Amino acid sequence: MSLFAAEQIAINFGGIKAVDGVTFSIEKGEVFTIIGPNGAGKTTIFNLMSRIYDPTAGRLMFEGKDITHVPPHRIAGLGIARTFQNIELFEHATLLQNLLLARHAHKKSDFLSELLFLPSVRRLEIEHREAVEKVIDFLDLQQYRDSFIVNLPYGVRKVTELARALCTNPKLLLLDEPSSGLNVEETEDMAFWIQDIKNLLGITVLMVEHDMTLVSAVSDRVLALNYGRPLATGTPREVQSHPEVMRAYLGG
Amino acid sequence: MRFVFKTSYNQDIQLFRDKVDMGWYLALAAAVIAVPFLLSDYYVGETAWVFIYGLCGVSLMTLVGYTGLVSLGHAAFLGIGAYAHAYFLQRGIPWIGSVVLAVFITTVCGFVVGLPALRMSGIYLSIATLAFSVIIQEVFSRWEAVTNGFKGMPVAPPVIFGISFADAREFYFLCLFFLVVALWATRNLLRAPTGRAWIAIRDSEVAAQSMGVNLALYKSMAFAYSAGLMGLAGALFAHKIAYLAPDIFTILLSIQMLLLVIVGGLGSLHGAVLGAIFVALLPPIIAILRDGMPATFSELSQSTGIGLFHIVGDALGNFLKKPGVEAGIFGLILVLTILLEPLGMYGRWVKIRVFFSTFPLYKADSFKRQKSYMKTERLR
Repeated sequence: MSLFAAEQIAINFGGIKAVDGVTFSIEKGEVFTIIGPNGAGKTTIFNLMSRIYDPTAGRLMFEGKDITHVPPHRIAGLGIARTFQNIELFEHATLLQNLLLARHAHKKSDFLSELLFLPSVRRLEIEHREAVEKVIDFLDLQQYRDSFIVNLPYGVRKVTELARALCTNPKLLLLDEPSSGLNVEETEDMAFWIQDIKNLLGITVLMVEHDMTLVSAVSDRVLALNYGRPLATGTPREVQSHPEVMRAYLGG
Repeated sequence: MRFVFKTSYNQDIQLFRDKVDMGWYLALAAAVIAVPFLLSDYYVGETAWVFIYGLCGVSLMTLVGYTGLVSLGHAAFLGIGAYAHAYFLQRGIPWIGSVVLAVFITTVCGFVVGLPALRMSGIYLSIATLAFSVIIQEVFSRWEAVTNGFKGMPVAPPVIFGISFADAREFYFLCLFFLVVALWATRNLLRAPTGRAWIAIRDSEVAAQSMGVNLALYKSMAFAYSAGLMGLAGALFAHKIAYLAPDIFTILLSIQMLLLVIVGGLGSLHGAVLGAIFVALLPPIIAILRDGMPATFSELSQSTGIGLFHIVGDALGNFLKKPGVEAGIFGLILVLTILLEPLGMYGRWVKIRVFFSTFPLYKADSFKRQKSYMKTERLR
């Protein structure tokens, strides 16, 4: 059984079919990449998966359960975490607070005990902190721990987004253009991290990406989309040399 | 410059950064406790206002400063708290019970008003809360069986377990107690998951949601908590003014509270208290200047022999007597704050503190605001 499966999902915005009958499945432990020209519906698929949009048709299955109608705030608790293409960090909070917020899906304390800050709340906070510190060590963010996000450079924000998604303890990680706006060196770091996330942490990754070097370096399988329709699925090499994909990118 | 060497995660959780920090707060506590024994009853009474406004400030700060929901109707919650408390006291319910009931009622009202907040944001939410406050004010004036309408409603001085808190000094400590409890409880929430969820909602709703924050629940919670604190402030407010009338809880009061949190500094509890000092003490300072200025200046003109001082003193005194001057000064300060110090009094205080802690090495540009060219959907 695959970890995640999208079955014939579709969504219309007015007359525009942003996603039109896409089916794919992600196996446990792989890096699956969605590529496609601008407006192909890649981010829309992410927004469908994180339940920000309701699909017009089709089903989303995660670990054998139907999650098509799960409310968006339950998705993180199920084990699906995401990053955003246009960074969506909590800018007027410290990096540490950003990462701690990602533990929200694992929150166990109730309002009254938090109001009084009972010892149990303190114990849970320290547990959350320990989980967060592991991610900080993993992504080398120690020096920025107490910085406010507004004061951090773009590259660090991008890594912070990744860190925040990891802090939710995901089984499936959705990365929306992890390399956009990064320089060559930072993109290489990102490629190593994605491989480490897959190999060391055992997290399955679904990624939307334009940088084909990064895609070829880390992906096990690639799905190419155009105008909301799937063009081809296969290894990066197969998809890149697929005639339909070449036509979508180069015209003709 | 003082660095805190961190060796345990608890250091980031505790209320005070370190022993030195705690020492400063203890010194502040000692000063606040000493005030009633050093100053006259008039000033003690005015300082009690600081605490009541401080409660209002903490209430609005959680909503506006931390959750990012702007309410223009908080005077209504203050009014509901005040009227409910006064009504229950008249019915012979003991003081504590009456306060608990008043807080409960305002919390429920806050929750109900918070429901539209799930669908509205920004200016639309402000307008909705404004409408709520206008409706509530109308209820205060029409529901004569409970509020006594425009005839007004006297409020007896507080008596708790047979101990009277009637005199200015006793009431001062009562207000101080509730402010400290409210600050402590709010600080607790802010260092726990609930407060972080509020901050997350303020900064990015979509990200908060994907991290597992139930937006509907946490927004209503913020509204309910904020309204509950306002209800508590209302109960004390009722005792302080001793006579309730519907025209006290107008939109002007709501705006004054919003001014309080903005001038104090959005997003900090210190700001709520600093703003309260400003809002509560500005009117008496204007009054003192108004009454004292002509006399001081005429003395000055007699001792120096320059007649101009006399004229200036009279002119200033007359100007401050004009109606609307107080509101004008409030407005002016609000505009200047937004222009010159968007982080408010607390932001200024942080700068002063950094100046002294890094003294000969202070760089004027440390706090220069950077332009950010990153465009996100949220910045619209």
